[in-house]
This record gives sequence, C-alpha cells and structure tokens, in this order.
Amino acid sequence: MFAWLLHRATGLGILLFLLLHIFDIFLLAFGPELFEELLVLYHSWWGRILTVFLLFGVLFHALNGARIIVQDFWPRLWPYQRRLIWIETAVFLPVFLWGAYIFLRPIFLE
Amino acid sequence: MNRPLGHAFEQRRGRLPKSNFELYSWLFMRISGVILLGLAVFHLFWMHVVVGVDAIDFELVAERWDNPLWKLYDFFLLLFALTHGINGFRYILDDYVRKPGWAVFAKSMVFLVYVAFVGIGAYIIFTFSAATLLSSP
Repeated sequence: MFAWLLHRATGLGILLFLLLHIFDIFLLAFGPELFEELLVLYHSWWGRILTVFLLFGVLFHALNGARIIVQDFWPRLWPYQRRLIWIETAVFLPVFLWGAYIFLRPIFLE
Repeated sequence: MNRPLGHAFEQRRGRLPKSNFELYSWLFMRISGVILLGLAVFHLFWMHVVVGVDAIDFELVAERWDNPLWKLYDFFLLLFALTHGINGFRYILDDYVRKPGWAVFAKSMVFLVYVAFVGIGAYIIFTFSAATLLSSP
C-alpha cells in the first residue's frame, strides 16, 4: 500500500512539474531575456534541491511502474511482490544517491 | 464485466460502458510507461549529467532544436508524458470525485488543460526560430 501511495504522490508531483516545465519552455517564444531570467528555477540552490525531489519522483515512479507492469503481465510473480519491491529499492538507492550527488554538487562548489 | 466492477460503473455513470475504453486506457498506461521509462529517464540523464544544468541557456536550446531529431524526441516526450500524466490524474479524480456532475466538470477542465498544454508545447517545439527571436527588439 505504501508503494501504491507513493506511486500516486510522485505521479501527481511529476504532472505538476511537467505543466510548469511545458510553460517555461513555451516562454522561449518571448525571446532569450525572459527565458534566461527564468532559468533561476534550475540554477539556484533551492531549484537544485527541488530537482532532487523530481529525480526521486521520476526514478521511483519509473521503477515502481516497471514492477507493476511485470506483475500485471506475469501474474505468477504476484506472491513475490515483497521481493520485487526489495529489488526495486536495490536499483533505486544507488542511482538516486549518485544522481542527487551530481545535482547538488554545484551548490557546494559555488 | 464482473458484477462489482459493473456496479462501480453504474454508481459513477448511471450506466454500463458501451466500449472498452478503460481496457485500452490500462494498456496505454503500460505501453507509454515503458516508452517513458526510456524517454523521460534519458532526458533527465542527458540534461543533468551529459549537458549539465549550468550549460542550459537560450543558445543551448537553439542548438538542440537545430536538429529535427531532437524536436521529434521532445515532441514525443511531451505527448507521452502529458497523456500518461493526465490519464493518471483522471484515475485519481475517479477515486475522489464521486458525484457524477462534479466528475464530468472536473474531467472536462482537466481535458482542456491537456489540450492547451499539448498545444503550447507543440507550438514552441515546431515554431521556435532562434534567428527571428534574437533579431527582434
């Protein structure tokens, strides 16, 4: 149930970001000045921290979604859900930690 | 259709569905999910690790969209991500907006947002011209 809730919450979060992202890219139509002012969204320290949340959301939603697809198409794996979630976590953690390190590193180098 | 599911549909819509829309919706979420597993994760990796967020500015986007393949990539990412996300949001609405009238209203609004954002996204991808934007005052 926790995975279900997190799948929903991260999905909602990604959708909100996606709408924002489509809009900020759309603002390219008004020329370079406005767009580059807006890039503070991604270049500021708080922007970078928010991006780590985005990374968390996308990575979890992707891996958990992959698990759901695997279970849907191979129902025989259903009893092993708990083990599959452990495998998912084992893939998630190193990739997330590595990504978070890359995303946050510039804050400390400034 | 099994009885509890039929009951759920009757509660929500006052009738049984005539088509298999929800089945295709379920299948679409799986197929687009696999596609996005590639497109979205690679987009994040490319922009943050290969390019680097600090290298992103107007000029970089102009160079990127000089290549029609990147335009196509971004268009597919836009289309699959937004359709997958909006359809997921429709599932959430189904769970929490129980009154049929409100559900129709909420889903209509969500659909308008979907059309508008596919519209502005596709507009900027396919009409973007760095030369025009840089020369205009």
